[in-house]
Amino acid sequence: MSAAASLPDETGAAAAEAPLLSVRDLTLHIPVPPHVLRAVDGVSFDLRRGETLGLVGESGSGKTLTALMLMRLLEPPLAALPRGEVRLDGADLMTLDEKRMSALRGRTISMVFQEPMTSLNPVMTVGRQIAEPLVRHLGLSSREAAARAEEMLRLVHIPDPARVARAYPHLLSGGMRQRAMIAIALACRPAVLVADEPTTALDVTVQAQILELLAELQREMGSAILLITHDLAVIAETAHRVAVMYAGRIVEEAPVAALFAAPRHPYTRGLLASIPKIERVPAPTLPEIPGMVPGAGDRPRGCAFMPRCARAVSGCAAEPPPLAETDRGHRVACWNPAHG
Amino acid sequence: MIGFVAWRLLQAIPLLIGVSLIGFGLMHLAPGGPLAVYTLNPTIQAQDIERIKIIFGLDQPVHVQYVKWATGIFSGNWGYTFFGGRPVLDVILERLPATLLLMGSALSVAIVLGLSIGVLGAVKRYSVFDVLATTGALFALSFPTFWFGLMAIFVFAIELRWLPSGGMWELGEEGNILSLLRHLVLPTMVLALVITATWSRYSRSAFLEVMQQDFMRTARAKGVPPAARLMRHAFPNAAKPLIALLGVELPFLFSGALVTETIFGWPGMGRLFVDALNMKEYPILMGMMMFTAIFVIIGNLLADLAIAAIDPRVRLR
Repeated sequence: MSAAASLPDETGAAAAEAPLLSVRDLTLHIPVPPHVLRAVDGVSFDLRRGETLGLVGESGSGKTLTALMLMRLLEPPLAALPRGEVRLDGADLMTLDEKRMSALRGRTISMVFQEPMTSLNPVMTVGRQIAEPLVRHLGLSSREAAARAEEMLRLVHIPDPARVARAYPHLLSGGMRQRAMIAIALACRPAVLVADEPTTALDVTVQAQILELLAELQREMGSAILLITHDLAVIAETAHRVAVMYAGRIVEEAPVAALFAAPRHPYTRGLLASIPKIERVPAPTLPEIPGMVPGAGDRPRGCAFMPRCARAVSGCAAEPPPLAETDRGHRVACWNPAHG
Repeated sequence: MIGFVAWRLLQAIPLLIGVSLIGFGLMHLAPGGPLAVYTLNPTIQAQDIERIKIIFGLDQPVHVQYVKWATGIFSGNWGYTFFGGRPVLDVILERLPATLLLMGSALSVAIVLGLSIGVLGAVKRYSVFDVLATTGALFALSFPTFWFGLMAIFVFAIELRWLPSGGMWELGEEGNILSLLRHLVLPTMVLALVITATWSRYSRSAFLEVMQQDFMRTARAKGVPPAARLMRHAFPNAAKPLIALLGVELPFLFSGALVTETIFGWPGMGRLFVDALNMKEYPILMGMMMFTAIFVIIGNLLADLAIAAIDPRVRLR
């Protein structure tokens, strides 16, 4: 890889670093008679080794469904609906049978959920819950797994790991439980970690600690992280690249610095403008994006954001804009993107 | 835990006193009075009845009778039957083995079957199996037990002649295990039918609720295979309402089944109760009432202890 990177030709470097996780045209259309709810509508992105990709969007934009589809965790009757391709290290997760997918879950691709209070089994000790994937995937004996579980608790900075390993989840605080969840997800050192709003349910001070922990563990284990959040501050702090989702589609994707410095899509610009800034005192009215996210039936035929968009032009209603590269690594789906 | 058990047993005393008061009161309010049966017997004279009244202490004021009887209950003397003058506790205890055998086999068959049907129904929700099981349970619960009993006798004893229609043994075969088992089949089947229906409904809803919990998705996300998810993650969480149900059903194990035992002539507690009711054998009825009340208390206490043992969030106090 280092040889390839030293080449002046940049395409050579890109080719050598093939993405670890490659999502193409991921789609979830849910029939809700008389409509079809386009919950996720052709999402494509790549995730490279050791990289953190932030997937940002408001509630209902399809972030969580995207994550559940990657993990193949949708329950019937939704389980049969996803379309598209999810390549992890070459294998297409969408076509694996449940048994082989189950062998990858927790080992190669793991997930941390939004609700630490309810995501742990209340009648099983924390230690056993961390040990479970170790026994299942790595074939450790229960004694080895218990020792590794304690080690994982130490790694996620839980004080007195030996005692916590024997404790039941209800004795732990929300932050501690989320640390335990991270310990479970990372126990087998997965290549990909999907973190779905991992800090949303936590206090602000604890949020920062959890994000710091994720970054630290990423440096240590080299896992790629798909970080799903509605909070741009979390993205700014943690992610390398950002993909912004709106109404089931990715509308803009760029390296973090580029996106914050020069957002192209009117929706991204609206999102960034609506972040309160502390220095403006007295605070002026916070700008907001007018209108609402379109519902299941009344999604426009063209760009879904058009009804709320100040930059809409005549062509916007005809056809949804494709996600096209404007600068290197900066892609935007807009018929009339802003510049600078 | 010992403190908790002691406290609960202490709480049981006022409860038992309440049960005994209400029971005793009801018996004395019942029309005819305890000795009404004797008045229909032409060979018994009025002065005989007066004599019997004095022997049983029935000439004394009600509250004196109650105190005498109640102190007897707590000291182990449960009184004597009107007919034959046998100790009530002996009469009850000699019926207990038959009832334990019948209820024990019916409950174990029903729980294993009901639990399996319920879990399978929850796992394969809305499948053909689930719909059939749900409909079947509704059917079993809506028909009266005596109808099932009579149908079972009609089909298996009268038409097919596979099994005996009643009793515990063939005449002259007392003690023969094979004969006992043959007699056990039909009443067990009829009793188990209703209990299976209840258990399948309870376990289906208990498992459905647990399987929708977030931690079940976590288990899936870490690659735990379906069977282990069911046994290791769902079962301990779904067991709580089922243990509570078991605690409520424990008294049946000792008090027997009125209808089934009567239909099949099973010499257990249920039939003893029906017979005692017909004979106006108040000492037996009251004794059985206290006996059942004690097992209701024990059943609930055991259920609470078991729930506390599997769920670390439950504190005993």
